[in-house]
Amino acid sequence: MEQQIDWITNLYVFVLASFLGLELIHNVSRLLHTPLMSLTNAISSIALVGSLLLAGSGDSLLAVLLGTAAVTASSINAVGGFLITDRILRMFRKKNGR
Amino acid sequence: MVEHWVQLAYLVAAALFVLSLKWMNEVGTARLGNWAGSIGMAIAVVATLGKPEIHSFLWIGVALVIGAAIGTPMALLMPMTAVPQRTALSHAFGALAAGLVGTAEYYLRGATLGAGATAILCAEVLLGFLTFTGSLLAFGKLHEILPTRPILYPGRNFVSFAVLGLAILSALWLAFVPAPHGILFGFFIVLALLFGVLLVLPIGGADMPTVISILNAYAGLSASFMGFLLNNKLLILAGALDGSSGLILSIQMCKAMNRSFANVLFGAVGHVVETAAPNRDGRSIQGYTPQEASTIFEGARAVVIVPGYGMAAAQAQHVVKEITDRLTSRGVDVKFGIHPVAGRMPGHMNVLLAEADVSYDQLVEMEQINPLFPETDVVIVVGANDITNPAARTRPESPLYGMPILEVDKAKTILFIKRSMATGFAGVDNDLFYLSKTMMVFGDAKKVLNELIAAL
Repeated sequence: MEQQIDWITNLYVFVLASFLGLELIHNVSRLLHTPLMSLTNAISSIALVGSLLLAGSGDSLLAVLLGTAAVTASSINAVGGFLITDRILRMFRKKNGR
Repeated sequence: MVEHWVQLAYLVAAALFVLSLKWMNEVGTARLGNWAGSIGMAIAVVATLGKPEIHSFLWIGVALVIGAAIGTPMALLMPMTAVPQRTALSHAFGALAAGLVGTAEYYLRGATLGAGATAILCAEVLLGFLTFTGSLLAFGKLHEILPTRPILYPGRNFVSFAVLGLAILSALWLAFVPAPHGILFGFFIVLALLFGVLLVLPIGGADMPTVISILNAYAGLSASFMGFLLNNKLLILAGALDGSSGLILSIQMCKAMNRSFANVLFGAVGHVVETAAPNRDGRSIQGYTPQEASTIFEGARAVVIVPGYGMAAAQAQHVVKEITDRLTSRGVDVKFGIHPVAGRMPGHMNVLLAEADVSYDQLVEMEQINPLFPETDVVIVVGANDITNPAARTRPESPLYGMPILEVDKAKTILFIKRSMATGFAGVDNDLFYLSKTMMVFGDAKKVLNELIAAL
């Protein structure tokens, strides 16, 4: 956690991923907007990676305290987000011969 | 050497996130998409734990167990009508994590960071904490712990901008005036938390679909900025995907209301006391009983049901499904007309009707259903109002003017189920109530529909 920021590469990833996201999301049917939002919410719990690095660094009491709180919060986000998305999607059924 | 494997695992996780959004495009592959996303997350976590920088696992283990113990019941036990508030709460937790990590980074190695790195750290912390309090407040409003009407006070926009301005000034100071500023950073956090509250306070219930989408984008951006700081491409990518998704959804919500971002955030619609009385042609509104209303289904061949937030509030989706079955068994073609902003989050109505086991091919989007209204015998409006108001087409002076609506006024007859005579969210009277082909039935949606089923 001590290196310089690699601005250009990071910006590359950020800009291209944003365009990719816009392309991908644009095609999602409105029918699925709620599960889409709970899926992207679950994906945003990727902050878990930074939280784990902080909590496990053993740098200081502050790192352990804030890191543990952050891991707890983002794992609630991750577990809850993926589980409810699946629960919602299981309900979408097309009935034959109505 | 380990680092290479970790980076490779991150790349796999990133690819899985992209695939998960791609598969989310269609109902047939959507569940697979969710699996891809969760496997991607699991890979990311395992890879991170394999990094040599991680020295102690005790507190990580404890935190993961607590997180799973809270997250699992939140996902499995909440009723489907509570999905909007659960989503808001989940945004709050994710954003809190980003804010806390940024805070620790500043206090641990703030002195060694350059100006650019500090600036991006401040952006991460600002977005993280404002999303945290903003989402908590949205949760309170959606769960009706707090009043759902906009909470207003004089000079509120000035106060909000002043707080945001101070936060940005503090961030610039932190970034460009070297030397650690522990106290200023604490002040900056307080401002971020406060701004989140001020942002959501004046926003009313029916604008929640937009706000929840914006908060979704902010949580993603915050994670992305954390990625810049850690030089972690996976965080940058996942955050950017989330950010663009929130952005697209909020733009679509604004378009569906014919309003701008600024108007949603600062316009405080729902407070305006309506002055322009609609032209009632001397008519008064007449209420009918469900038994009287049941007669309009005689000889009906095509029925469209238009649900709104009132259906969710009355938990009426299962009764709606029952009446659908009853009409279908009589040979009637039943469809649902779904407005993009019906309910409290994007796609809310679809989820509730899917829960009640309505086949999703009966759920028709606004653009597809509107041309069908002239051939529709009966439209049943359940707990919706503004999204059906013809004033959006006909009255340039109306606050709703220009908003795309479900053109139910073109149907042959309209059965309008309404709790009371109160106006809709926008505080505007609805011309539909005064049409001779409209039958108003007052009462709780569930009760009215049950009586209607009995009478059919």
